[in-house]
Amino acid sequence: MSSTVQPRGTTKIALTAHSWLVYLFFFAPIFVLIVFSFSDDNNVGRWGGFTLEWYQDFVEHNQLQNAVWVSVRVALLSTVISVVLGTLAALALERFKFRGRKVFDALLYLPIIIPDVTMAVMMLLFFSEFFDLLDAWFGLDLQKGLGSITISHIAFNISFVSVVVRARLAGMSEVLEEAALDLYATRWKTFRYVTLPQIVPGVAGGALLALTLSLDDVVITQFAAGPGATTLPVFVFGLIRRGVTPLINATSVLMLAASVILVALSLAFQQFSGRGGRPSLRAAREAVSAPPKTNTQIKEGINQ
Amino acid sequence: MSDRGDHQVSEQIAAVKLTAITKRFGSVVAVDNVDLEIADGEFFALLGPSGCGKTTTLRMVAGLEFPTEGSLKIFGDEAGTLPPNRRPVNTVFQDYALFPHMTVEANVAFGLKMQRVAKHEITGRVQEAISLVRLEGLEQRRSRQLSGGQRQRVALARALVNRPKVLLLDEPLGALDLKLRQEMQGELKALQREVGITFVFVTHDQEEALTMADRIGVMNEGELLQVGTPAEIYEHPVNRFVANFIGQTNLLDASVVSNDTVCLANGVHIPGKSDLLVGTRVAVCLRPERAGMHPPEEVPADQQSVVGRLESVTYLGNALVYTVVLDWVRLEVRRENQPGGYRPHVGEEVAVSWTLDAISVVRA
Repeated sequence: MSSTVQPRGTTKIALTAHSWLVYLFFFAPIFVLIVFSFSDDNNVGRWGGFTLEWYQDFVEHNQLQNAVWVSVRVALLSTVISVVLGTLAALALERFKFRGRKVFDALLYLPIIIPDVTMAVMMLLFFSEFFDLLDAWFGLDLQKGLGSITISHIAFNISFVSVVVRARLAGMSEVLEEAALDLYATRWKTFRYVTLPQIVPGVAGGALLALTLSLDDVVITQFAAGPGATTLPVFVFGLIRRGVTPLINATSVLMLAASVILVALSLAFQQFSGRGGRPSLRAAREAVSAPPKTNTQIKEGINQ
Repeated sequence: MSDRGDHQVSEQIAAVKLTAITKRFGSVVAVDNVDLEIADGEFFALLGPSGCGKTTTLRMVAGLEFPTEGSLKIFGDEAGTLPPNRRPVNTVFQDYALFPHMTVEANVAFGLKMQRVAKHEITGRVQEAISLVRLEGLEQRRSRQLSGGQRQRVALARALVNRPKVLLLDEPLGALDLKLRQEMQGELKALQREVGITFVFVTHDQEEALTMADRIGVMNEGELLQVGTPAEIYEHPVNRFVANFIGQTNLLDASVVSNDTVCLANGVHIPGKSDLLVGTRVAVCLRPERAGMHPPEEVPADQQSVVGRLESVTYLGNALVYTVVLDWVRLEVRRENQPGGYRPHVGEEVAVSWTLDAISVVRA
């Protein structure tokens, strides 16, 4: 079946070439990265035969391993907390009218709009002042580390989660909630049995986004991290300054693999949880299919 | 406001009783000082154009809006500020509001589950409700796999399974196409007789209200203008708005001369009964199907008439609609399409006539 709107002739060839070009741009760097992670040569750009040495290095590198675990813990903790807070904020903004709603709405977008560096400096100042105060008033001697990184990640993730969840909520008719109330559900049961199942794809998308952002963040983490703990991207960034080795390639490949598995798992979960049905699955795919890689990209997306 | 029809509200407690109910949204008055009693077992229609406050009134009964002023009683219990989940009423929403993530069965069972009804009882009652609306075999479908008519039945079953004391329906047939709508009108009526529950439904479709309701309340701009049986509303509208809104009608401007005479705008005095003050501006309401048409010199002696020029004839198949133009009013006359009889041509002078019992005098 070919309709008149289907491209044909030169147009078709040009379009095909164009899409291959796009794929080339997307995947050539990844391909190069993967290939050279197996290269048996200290110089990143030179092929020196096949080896798994760099992957072994990665496993045996204590500091790298520490950084991986810090990253995972920070990502999980900040995701859980920011999903709860972000969803609540989205519900409040989308479903209730209250004093100061518009101000709250505008303020919620701040972490998305302001530059990473500004946010990072804010965090740095905040933590040093805050810890000084705690020290002065209660004699608590707190250091920056896992806690401060997690808090700073929560601070920006709430905004992203609430944006994603709100988009989903806006598409859901309020009448469904009224129907639940009419059918003897309490407010809590209405949320539990009607609102939440409807927004689950949004919440899942938001969670995935938060997880990715937290795992990827360098700038803010660098300022909020202390001597006690550092995350994987920040550590890798530090390594690069001391010279690039294929170890960095190997680490990057593993990070990439982790991201892909995360997305695949999330999709599989959506598929087999069944109850969500097809529309929610589609929404989840849309939310997940292209998880933006960095804060900046998302900001650009939102600003457009 | 009319007291007609209140004889139906006997000494027993009213299913729904509104006393001086007002609802404001900011400075907008959506419902203005409405008094209304709906009897137990009645099929009641709230009729009016969009924005007249009928849906707001229904939502106040459901508990989805709280009245700004006044008292709202459901079977004698004050319910004004009770939340919707603590009222013995259920609603069929305009677009049905079925839960898309649940099957038909789960949708119907929702209300019972929320009330913590025992599991085995839920199963039985859900089956009963599903067969009541003839949806057997579709229990495991989701709402997007159903047709409009089927969705409506699910919404009905989901509400009725809770055995509410009052069932509220917000434009229940609005989303259906014409043929299905007419079919469902009969079905809803039969269903109401079968379950014996008070039905209150909101509609902007006067034909729907006339065919289904035991009594109709006509609303406009937040006010309840008239309450009565379909026949009362059609034949004795209280004012120009009601006369115009319910069915087709001709309205001749006039003023009251005495309690059985009015003066038409062309200066002619004709008999017309009213209990309004002398001098009140009124309209004489003449339904097109009740108007007669004769050659000007052949009007029967017992009929009143006005003479005008025939402007157009619309052929409807089973009837003909004649438009007659006078210099102060334009009249429509509807005649059954019978063989023979008077068939004037366009441009001719004709007399539009009526007997005294064919007209009613309404406030302008």
